[in-house]
Amino acid sequence: MHEMSIAMAVVCQVEEAAREHAAVGVEAVTLRVGELAGVVPEALRFSFGLACEGTVLDGAELVTEHVPGLARCASCAREWATGMPPRLCCEQCGDSRTELLSGRELQIAGVRWVHDPRHALALEEL
Amino acid sequence: MCRLTDLRQAVLERNDSRAERLRTELAARGTVAVNLLSSPGSGKTALLEAELRLARERGLPAAALTADLATENDARRLARSGVPVKQVLTDGLCHLEAEMLAGHLAGWLPKNTRLLFVENVGNLVCPASYDLGESLRVVLASVTEGEDKPLKYPTAFGLAQLVVVTKQDLAQAAGFDREAFLANVRQVNPGVEVLETSARTGLNLGTLLERALSVGEGAAVHRPVMARQAREHAPGDSHAHAEPHAHSGPHPHAEPHPHAEPHAHVQG
Repeated sequence: MHEMSIAMAVVCQVEEAAREHAAVGVEAVTLRVGELAGVVPEALRFSFGLACEGTVLDGAELVTEHVPGLARCASCAREWATGMPPRLCCEQCGDSRTELLSGRELQIAGVRWVHDPRHALALEEL
Repeated sequence: MCRLTDLRQAVLERNDSRAERLRTELAARGTVAVNLLSSPGSGKTALLEAELRLARERGLPAAALTADLATENDARRLARSGVPVKQVLTDGLCHLEAEMLAGHLAGWLPKNTRLLFVENVGNLVCPASYDLGESLRVVLASVTEGEDKPLKYPTAFGLAQLVVVTKQDLAQAAGFDREAFLANVRQVNPGVEVLETSARTGLNLGTLLERALSVGEGAAVHRPVMARQAREHAPGDSHAHAEPHAHSGPHPHAEPHPHAEPHAHVQG
């Protein structure tokens, strides 16, 4: 199960970003997961919870955005949903010069930081 | 006040960039790495042993690194070929990563090695996601595993640059439907070469060596459809964002982000 390695990579990258933003905690991490990324979101959620323990991400929610697989034939320009298992050969003209438009994403889209009361106070004092 | 940061970072970016660096380092010393993926029991070790033996007979400097959760059995088998072999025990980890491989190669890989075979952990799921800095990725399946293997493991087969179907001597006994298997490979990876081998009868022995050598000589390598979509930070990406995009306050997601577009320069 490589979802644990992936969860740890996510935690590591968000920790770095947290340092840069002087964040005190993380409310949620949004991940874009392509249909063809080879990752199971449920397994990832489980691993993510474990990987967050004892870090600035402790208690953070993992939000996954599903990105469907889309392909386009370079020969006849037909576009289709690849499905899973993917159909990557053009069924209209049989050409194999297919472009993959989406579906391989495995990306941290964004992070929502925990509201920092000290930060808010500082703003109020201004 | 809600603080949001638009990171847009590929999760495997660290592995991908380490792999790219390793690929460059290996190329600079004239070594081609071949990443071998398959399920357990597909016959990778038997085929590899035969190929390594052949390499040695031909005076071709080859080496092999084999990864398993436990036991040094595979290294012992491969070492019979007479080429340098290293066993890596992953302690339960289901795949190799580029940094791990680089660490194991340091101080071990003989300087003059032209072909380095990396026998990944027997697993068709996890290793598929990790670039190891190889120049040729090979997926193996034996005729006894069923014709639908490419559909069941589309990431592994979809990203392969060469598919090897082993144990051809058993094809008839196993009732292997060759055409169905080929159609399934074509569905997930149109255009990839499929090589039929038998370590027992010697069918197509040496072809794997030849393919790896031609890659080293600069021959064009198959680019699978699945690899044609730019990863968010594809190797050689000219606009890698080292800086995270920080947006405090309302998040302007209406404007299209340049990374949503496929990167034309990695195509073709």
